[in-house]
Amino acid sequence: MSSKSTTYSELRASKAYYLILGICLAVLGLGAMSFFHLEHEGHHVTGMNNQVVWGLPHVFAIFLIVAASGALNIGSIGTVFRKKLYQKMGRASALLAIALLLGGLAILVLDLGHADRLIIAMTYYNFKSIFAWNIILYNGFLVLCLLYIWTMQDRAVKAFYPYIGFFAFSWRLILTLGTGSIFGFLVARTYYNSAIMAPLFIAMSFALGLAVFIILLFFTFRLDKRELGDLILNRLRYLLAIFVASVMFLELARHLTALYITQRHGVEQFILLDGGIYTLLFWIGQVLVGGLIPLSLIFCRALKNNHWSLLLASTLVIIGGFVQLYVIIVGGQAFPLELFPNAEVQSSFFDGELNRYTPSIWEWMLGVGGVALTLALFYVGMKVLRFLPESLADSEVEVN
Amino acid sequence: MSQINAYRRKFLAALSGVAAGSLASGVILRTVQAGDVPAKPADQPISNQVRWGMLIDINRLTDGGASMVEACKREHGWGNDPKARPEQQAQWIRTVQVTDKLTQHSFTLPVMCQHCAEPPCVDVCPTGASMKRADGIVQVNKHICIGCRYCMMACPYKARSFVHENLTDQRPDSPRGIGTVESCNLCVHRVDQGQLPACAEAAPQAVIFGDLNDPNSRISQAVKTLGGSQIRADLSLNTGVRYLGL
Repeated sequence: MSSKSTTYSELRASKAYYLILGICLAVLGLGAMSFFHLEHEGHHVTGMNNQVVWGLPHVFAIFLIVAASGALNIGSIGTVFRKKLYQKMGRASALLAIALLLGGLAILVLDLGHADRLIIAMTYYNFKSIFAWNIILYNGFLVLCLLYIWTMQDRAVKAFYPYIGFFAFSWRLILTLGTGSIFGFLVARTYYNSAIMAPLFIAMSFALGLAVFIILLFFTFRLDKRELGDLILNRLRYLLAIFVASVMFLELARHLTALYITQRHGVEQFILLDGGIYTLLFWIGQVLVGGLIPLSLIFCRALKNNHWSLLLASTLVIIGGFVQLYVIIVGGQAFPLELFPNAEVQSSFFDGELNRYTPSIWEWMLGVGGVALTLALFYVGMKVLRFLPESLADSEVEVN
Repeated sequence: MSQINAYRRKFLAALSGVAAGSLASGVILRTVQAGDVPAKPADQPISNQVRWGMLIDINRLTDGGASMVEACKREHGWGNDPKARPEQQAQWIRTVQVTDKLTQHSFTLPVMCQHCAEPPCVDVCPTGASMKRADGIVQVNKHICIGCRYCMMACPYKARSFVHENLTDQRPDSPRGIGTVESCNLCVHRVDQGQLPACAEAAPQAVIFGDLNDPNSRISQAVKTLGGSQIRADLSLNTGVRYLGL
């Protein structure tokens, strides 16, 4: 690890800490209420239906899962690419990765029609299913993150640190590949069926995980009155720009390819031109708010060393990423399946119609419940174990 | 002059071909015959020697398949779940009206699970609940379905539905249950007893049900003579449900 000795310590008990925890627990309660309501009533109380079968809970869940693998990236840059600057943040990055993944998985599992059959998902495997692979990948990711933290926390096993770090990094790449392929492998749906979904999700994970990490790092250091220097923040700032640009590049490639394929013109026209809310979300939410504005904030010379502009950029990246997932998941289903090309179709089952979806309050509650679980785990983790360096002031960090 | 005569000859030949085709289909599709579906003894496993399939002549469906839909509803008890909104109601089979954008040629056909030989819903199911029997019938094992709906995302035919609420008084042979996915199972309970699927029984003039693997079965003879189109044949899923008149 870093050659300069670093002191790590637990979060100090403060009113702000307990306030955050209290809010998290209250929101977690809302999530639990939603789960029990869905479990009791069934999914008819949600906005989801037999046309739009995955909705807002899936957007929340996949956001958190994708961000989880990205959050671990901070540690990986320190371990795998031996950047000393990042090594000090490795512990917190692995903790955040675990917290994000558990938050996302909780939503995904609690939204199942039969959440009570989780044990079946763990014991019955169809190995041709990318979903089944994901179950193994998520569990393995949790174990690797825990081992990674162990090698960073315990001098006795420090020798394994680079190996575990490398293994965890490889695993997380495969994991996000798997998450993207959940959509990439859907042969019948023209908005999804593409190998580029896998690298797109990897790029998204880099951007979202980093954006979440920047915000939490900044506020946690403020909360605990620890010093955070410009050196680290500027490194993270430009890294964020690279990741955001990568997402935009892959999205561009995806849409250009689809625009070349006649079969996909319909869905592309829907998303890019006349899809109402989805078109608006794509151009304003994803491209402008999630891409162009954050890049401008990062590269604006007048805002260099300005923490608030970095925080704003990170927040916008998070909003843009959330919107992007909404457009992909819900927008992709809103466009009807094409059973007969070049024909108008109609039926009692909404064939040929643009499918409507309005998330219910229960779906919002379940989603924010997962976010609250993530934050609660992250803060409780930092309170009980030494995850945070005492200082990340410029004088304390090494650049190589 | 001779050119016109040649044209007339061709036209008449084509006409007589069409007439012969429809006559043949009439002969073949006229009645349901005993022996199309031999009963499976309860103590014997399902055989992969059999591949159940269905041929639907949409020109002979005077109602576009509405009677088939009604028969399915009666048999399996879906379509009127009290709390579900219209877009949340299950539909195991539906009639779809198709109009070609250029030619305005229009037809109506019943669409249900197409019982693919390579079903995408089976590929994606994490637990194996979405399964294909050895005899080609694709269905959901309700005991291990966790309700993730990935099969619904994967099905090209929109053949699957999710049960959005608690249900009571289900049909004994159709255990529909909250939080699980369901679809046409070719009336597997009837087929195993040597009966036709309810929809095939409701439209005997237009539907042949039988074993596609047996070259002598009526369905095999019919598809050999008359063909049988697949919906979205481009996906190469090799469907068990085939159509005449698409």
